[in-house]
Amino acid sequence: MITIKNLTKRYGKLQVLNGLSVEFERGQVVSIIGPNGSGKTTTIKCLLGMVLPDSGEIYIDDELVLKQWEYRSKIGYMPQISHFPENMKVRQLFEMMKDIRKDVQELDEELIGLYNIQKMWDKRLGALSGGMKQKVSAALAFLFQPDILILDEPTAGLDPLSSEILKAKILKEKKKDKLILITSHIMSEIEEVADDIMCMEEGNLRFYSSIAALKEETGESRLSKAIAKLMMR
Amino acid sequence: MEKVIKYVLYDILRNRIVIGYTGFLLLMSLGLFQLENDPSKAVLSLLNVVLLVVPLISIIFATIHFYNSQEFMELLVAQPINRQKIFYSEYLGVALSLAAAFAIGVGVPVLLFGGSGPAGVYLISAGIFLTFIFVSLAFLASVLTRDKAKGIGLALLLWFYFSLLYDGLVMMVLFYFSEYPLENVSLGMLSLNPIDLGRVLVLLQIDVSALMGYTGALYKSLFSNFTGVLYAGLLMLAWVLLPLMLAKRIFIRKDL
Amino acid sequence: MRPLFSLEQPIGFSQLRSRLVDVLLLLLVSASAALAADLEVGPRARYTTIAAAIAAAQPGDRVVVQGGVYQESGLQINKAISLIGKNQPVIDGNMRGEILTITSSGVVVKGFVLKNVEVSYLKDHAAIRVIESRNVTLEDNTILNAFFGIYLQRSVDCTIRNNTVRGEGTTETGSGNAIHLWYCDSSRIEGNRVSGHRDGIYLEFVKESSVSRNLSENNLRYGLHFMFSDGNAYRHNVFRKNGAGVAVMYTRNIVMEHNTFEQNWGSAAYGLLLKEISRSVIAHNTFVRNTTGIYMEGSSRLDIRQNNFRENGWAVRLLSSCVQDTFQQNNFIGNTFDIATNGNSQQNYFAQNYWDKYQGYDLDKDRVGDIPYRPVSLYSMVVEKVPPSIMFMRSFIVDLMDAMEKVFPSFTPEKLLDEQPSMVRW
Repeated sequence: MITIKNLTKRYGKLQVLNGLSVEFERGQVVSIIGPNGSGKTTTIKCLLGMVLPDSGEIYIDDELVLKQWEYRSKIGYMPQISHFPENMKVRQLFEMMKDIRKDVQELDEELIGLYNIQKMWDKRLGALSGGMKQKVSAALAFLFQPDILILDEPTAGLDPLSSEILKAKILKEKKKDKLILITSHIMSEIEEVADDIMCMEEGNLRFYSSIAALKEETGESRLSKAIAKLMMR
Repeated sequence: MEKVIKYVLYDILRNRIVIGYTGFLLLMSLGLFQLENDPSKAVLSLLNVVLLVVPLISIIFATIHFYNSQEFMELLVAQPINRQKIFYSEYLGVALSLAAAFAIGVGVPVLLFGGSGPAGVYLISAGIFLTFIFVSLAFLASVLTRDKAKGIGLALLLWFYFSLLYDGLVMMVLFYFSEYPLENVSLGMLSLNPIDLGRVLVLLQIDVSALMGYTGALYKSLFSNFTGVLYAGLLMLAWVLLPLMLAKRIFIRKDL
Repeated sequence: MRPLFSLEQPIGFSQLRSRLVDVLLLLLVSASAALAADLEVGPRARYTTIAAAIAAAQPGDRVVVQGGVYQESGLQINKAISLIGKNQPVIDGNMRGEILTITSSGVVVKGFVLKNVEVSYLKDHAAIRVIESRNVTLEDNTILNAFFGIYLQRSVDCTIRNNTVRGEGTTETGSGNAIHLWYCDSSRIEGNRVSGHRDGIYLEFVKESSVSRNLSENNLRYGLHFMFSDGNAYRHNVFRKNGAGVAVMYTRNIVMEHNTFEQNWGSAAYGLLLKEISRSVIAHNTFVRNTTGIYMEGSSRLDIRQNNFRENGWAVRLLSSCVQDTFQQNNFIGNTFDIATNGNSQQNYFAQNYWDKYQGYDLDKDRVGDIPYRPVSLYSMVVEKVPPSIMFMRSFIVDLMDAMEKVFPSFTPEKLLDEQPSMVRW
């Protein structure tokens, strides 16, 4: 579904992506991990067209997407830290998004309900706490039923209950044969939702395999241990 | 695109700066018309303020707005919307609201009390053009640097350049080459600064243009016919579009 | 002329002398009324044309013309008669040369409407021309659509009073002057209204004459124009909206008082243009809304006092060729530039003027500002040196520049200042 070929990106002297090539398929839940600065967020931003790579190609459903924009209707994105226009009210934000995405007939408003977002309908986005913003962000990502979900540290600011709701939602969507990419540092969480792990280091792939295969390879039953072992090699 | 503009406009109206700006212009215009019995003199006084304040407010407000809209643009670029569209929507949102503020704050009083004659219409057109031009320049300054403080600094510098520095430099050039016939040169230099262009266009419509002597007569003969007005209009339009296009080019290649 | 007395009879010397006295007395009386006849002109009068009546008239007679339209031109008056119009008779020249030519002294022309005098590029056709005469009075006439209106040449002691001369000129060459005096002396031009001509009042080689209470407006070139005309006085005239204002050249000993120069507005217009003028007085005049109030070139020893300069572009443009002029007790209010000059060393004297731009103070309350005022702005000097820099008029930098120069004067002429600027209007 997504094919990345030889992606490179350099910020000044810093080589952020260094010839990254990877493929993702429908129905996969991939957890992207790696140390800070390994290029996870840049990869995601390249996928979304927020960052233009210096070289390399990205195909989504066999179509080159660089400098295109229509393809983004297939992607739901939940950023690491949500920036919203501060003066806008929550209701207006949702109305605007629906207005922009009029092409989508069936909306998935499950998270709006579960997170009780209607309750803060008339609050200014600038007045929301980090966690509340994350809930809004999550609800927006799932709202238009995209084929691809990209979640950047989705549970970072969420309380345990909300995290559980989100994880349940991810698993639910996974069954709908969607591709879900998650970056996270919390191994237990990864183990709960993901099938595959893509580990990045210095702008390139360190390893990319299923959790089961990882455990088998390292002989560890706990994912965190398995990964630590792999990284030590 | 109009959807995005709608939300940009909504956002701008929410913070009350534009409303304050409208009120300020309105008070000033009405005050000047109250103080001056001769409407053409009031238009003249208004011209001074317009040429100073409109570019300054436009460029500063637009720059700050651009940086403050970073989140909004980030939100939108992840959506299936063309980046170019986002950029132009932001531009039109800011420029249109500032132009509307000007039209209400200065345009309405001038049309009501500014007396007959084209000077008022020229003043309003010049003000609206300058608004669009300086919002363009503001966007250019904003896309050139990621740092808000630097961006505002650059915007102020641009304003300073067009309001003061450029005129000083041209005056120096005219002075050093005063032995040569410089009317056409000065005309060319006029075209390179939209504030000067706007000022001269309005002055030519007011009877003080008689003071401009031979130079003024030359300008008048050029700008008093349709071709001249068209030329000036196109020049102003170029001043809107060139910085805007450049800013757009940078923006669509920019990493957010 | 019929003989007043005959010398055919022989008479004695004493007789002759007493006879002479009688005759002279008779002459005086007859000249005034007794023997003078009124010759009526009108459709049903004895004379139906003015020409016929003039031909029949004797010196001292009055030709009285009744209301109506007379299609006549080329009228010649060569004897001392009065031509009096009753009820505004119209003499229509039908564009055939001049209407009235006066070659005799003591002629009066009063109460007519004269119109349609041909424009010629070879001859200066006038509605009324006076040639080499004395004591001619032209009064209460209206002259319409004439090439030249009233034209006096080599005449002395004439009066042109309360006439209206209205031209329809559109180009300077296709239009003559409303009132034109050439080589005249001791004449009076009073209370006339002239408009629409090339020059309103034109004087060349005219001496010891007075021009007063005239209104000269909307003329193509100058409202008043005189050259080589020494010793004249101009009082209480209004010069308004003339193409180039009033021009005064190569003349001395003139007095200009209580005149109003207004709305002479345009890139080549002046309220008053002075060129090579000396030893004259310009006082109590008002200069309002002129591009340049007074433009002075090569003028010396002028006493310019108690004038009002309001809302002019330049109140005074004083070229460096002017010396020993005095500006005293004038009001300068609302002018774009008060004084402009092109030179540096200035030998003119400014004192006790009121300047509305003066920002000094008067601590000792003697109504005289404690610090001098410099009426020349830096920008006006820049414009004088580099005319194209006028394109920066009303720009921010100009305001800034002038403000700086006010605080630290360094470029404006050092000596051109008013040491005792008045704090109050005169």
